[in-house]
Amino acid sequence: MADSVQEFLAMGGYARYVWSAYGIAAVVLVFNVLRPLVAHRRLKRRIRNGEFVDD
Amino acid sequence: MTRTRRRRLMLVGCLLLGLSAAAALMLTAFKQDMLYFHEPSAIAAGTVPINTRFRIGGLVKMGSVSRPGDGMTVHFAIADCDASVPVTYSGTLPDLFRQGQGVIAYGKLDAQGTFVADRILAKHDSNYMSSDTARALKAKTSVSCMPSRLQASR
Amino acid sequence: MATSAFKRWFHRFGSLPYFYGVSRSWARWLAVPGLVLAGYAVFAGLVLVPADYQQGDVFRILYIHVPSAWLSLFGYTAMAVAGVITLVWRLKLAEIFIVAAAPIGASFTFLALVTGAIWGKPTWGTFWVWDARLTSELILLFLYLGVIALHQAIESPRTAARACALLSIVGVVNVPIIHYSVVWWTTLHQGATVKLTGGSHMESDMLWPLLAGALGFTLIFGWLTLWGMRVQLLWRERRSRWVMRMVQDG
Repeated sequence: MADSVQEFLAMGGYARYVWSAYGIAAVVLVFNVLRPLVAHRRLKRRIRNGEFVDD
Repeated sequence: MTRTRRRRLMLVGCLLLGLSAAAALMLTAFKQDMLYFHEPSAIAAGTVPINTRFRIGGLVKMGSVSRPGDGMTVHFAIADCDASVPVTYSGTLPDLFRQGQGVIAYGKLDAQGTFVADRILAKHDSNYMSSDTARALKAKTSVSCMPSRLQASR
Repeated sequence: MATSAFKRWFHRFGSLPYFYGVSRSWARWLAVPGLVLAGYAVFAGLVLVPADYQQGDVFRILYIHVPSAWLSLFGYTAMAVAGVITLVWRLKLAEIFIVAAAPIGASFTFLALVTGAIWGKPTWGTFWVWDARLTSELILLFLYLGVIALHQAIESPRTAARACALLSIVGVVNVPIIHYSVVWWTTLHQGATVKLTGGSHMESDMLWPLLAGALGFTLIFGWLTLWGMRVQLLWRERRSRWVMRMVQDG
């Protein structure tokens, strides 16, 4: 079991290529999910605080 | 659809048409320069300016690879269906370099017509399969001599 | 009859408060199957699928590289269509779509380039070459960044949207060039593996997870773009009464 996990992580000697590619993809995807959610929440708060009612 | 909308749609259509025409003209004008490498048969046909450095691409001819002397220098031939060019190179080769494999060599032709390369890149084809499938297929088919570009559009 | 029903639907759909309300559940309906399919594709790509006979395990990068490259082309084409709708019909939702899709399309283009470079190093022997395929894909990234920059540079949202629409339409000429670059010219990049016409050059155990991944990531693209549109819409309508009322209520 431990051996097969090791073998899986080694990716036939291409570990750094495969895992760096998948790692970068994960980071970019998570960033793209969080960005609109955070922006949405922040914007709603600003509207609620009446930041845009001055005129 | 109202008149204004139809007029705007026509304008956008003309814009796209003009752009495509301009792009097509430009790409045809630069056709030679857009090629990343030249094929052996094109070199044999004399359509390639060979007095400077250029790239040559094709398949490593079966049975042509030899390493005389110290083993650092490798001799082989790059071929397509109609022609082949002898190549000499010393240095590290990419993992995928092997007989029958697509490669691209960067260098110059010498007076004897041998291509002296200082850089070799492997070009892989668009086929993916497991080793088991490959072994089963190998019994039936031989390595194709077609340039990979044509293989891809087959 | 049919046209009037379509017109009614079109106007209701075009209504911003309606879209804002309904897009939240649409986003969920895209997210769940999208994540399931993409998750399956990644798992299959890393674990279930056999290694390639020539490249070995490094070919597993394909399962993110190909969906990313597909979305880089799909996203820009969709933006160009929205660009035509923006310029001809002046539909606000189309304007908002362009602005929301651009950063997500840029992200996937970036991923296609980076995963391709990582893949190229061990197989080709180089991270980068200036062949027609790689160069035209890099130009696509600059086009996406151009749309984003243009939107940020112009103050008036409607003028900005029109400029972005124009750039989307102009840039779409690059999309077929990227696709056919490997056929028209000699390139280091290989030809297409998956084709709509004729057989694909991949065994089916490898192909199905790839198609699932392409579909899954496309749904994720839609999900993320919808959320981007919601944010953009809220920003544009921040001074309107319906937004004020909705925010106070919820």
